[in-house]
Amino acid sequence: MSPALLIFFVLAGLAVLAALSLVVQRHPIHSALSLIVVMVCLAGLYLLIGAEFVAAVQIIVYGGAIMVLFVFVIMLLNVGEEERTDFSKLAKFAGLPLALALTASIAAAVVKPDLGAAGVARAAIPNATAQISSMLFKEFVYPFELTSFLILVAIMGALVLAQREKK
Amino acid sequence: MVPTNYYLVLSAILFGLGTVAFVFKRNIITIFMSIELMLNAVNLAFVAFSQAFGKVHGQVFVLFVIVVAAAEAAVGLGIIILIQRNRQSLNVEKVNLLKL
Repeated sequence: MSPALLIFFVLAGLAVLAALSLVVQRHPIHSALSLIVVMVCLAGLYLLIGAEFVAAVQIIVYGGAIMVLFVFVIMLLNVGEEERTDFSKLAKFAGLPLALALTASIAAAVVKPDLGAAGVARAAIPNATAQISSMLFKEFVYPFELTSFLILVAIMGALVLAQREKK
Repeated sequence: MVPTNYYLVLSAILFGLGTVAFVFKRNIITIFMSIELMLNAVNLAFVAFSQAFGKVHGQVFVLFVIVVAAAEAAVGLGIIILIQRNRQSLNVEKVNLLKL
């Protein structure tokens, strides 16, 4: 087994375990910490693929900003343990098989056995970061500008939502 | 090097787990986190395809997905704070205004 494959299996196993723990944990803060583990594992996988820029953005934006926001809100609201509710009979018996069927069908749809030359892993794209930046400001310049507008709208929306109503 | 299909299978597994968490969890914050997990799974597939075809388009799309996820987190957490303020509970069973 080559070292790259070994690293892949370690990171992938850790990511799947952490995602499972997100499902199983009862307390939201434990779920949030598991999700951080998933994100760090995915950043490691991006490094393994050779997408250094995406890995850095993953750590900074997902692990740093978004998850801190989540943990902050969980602590701000002092969220307790999740209340157990009765699942429906259907969910109890059909839930797991249906979830497995969904995963299998997504995998079957996405995995192409005949990727051909692309299927055999090729070397990382050279100068990926430089290519991404030039692409962002040439081909994708309108979507890129739109995202700044989207973030502006989101900031205003969050402010309007979270302010206290004047009595 | 790792075959592309391994990444795609991992992505499908993570997406499936995200769906399971989305359906089974009762706490609205955890439901929100499972959406982030599903977005992450999709990002992994994007990056894997980007590497398989030797083009960086997939990685550019990942950037856009991350931006949308950040905006969504800001607005969604604002909504969650409002729900907590109005209902004193984060259980989705108790947020049933539109339910028949």
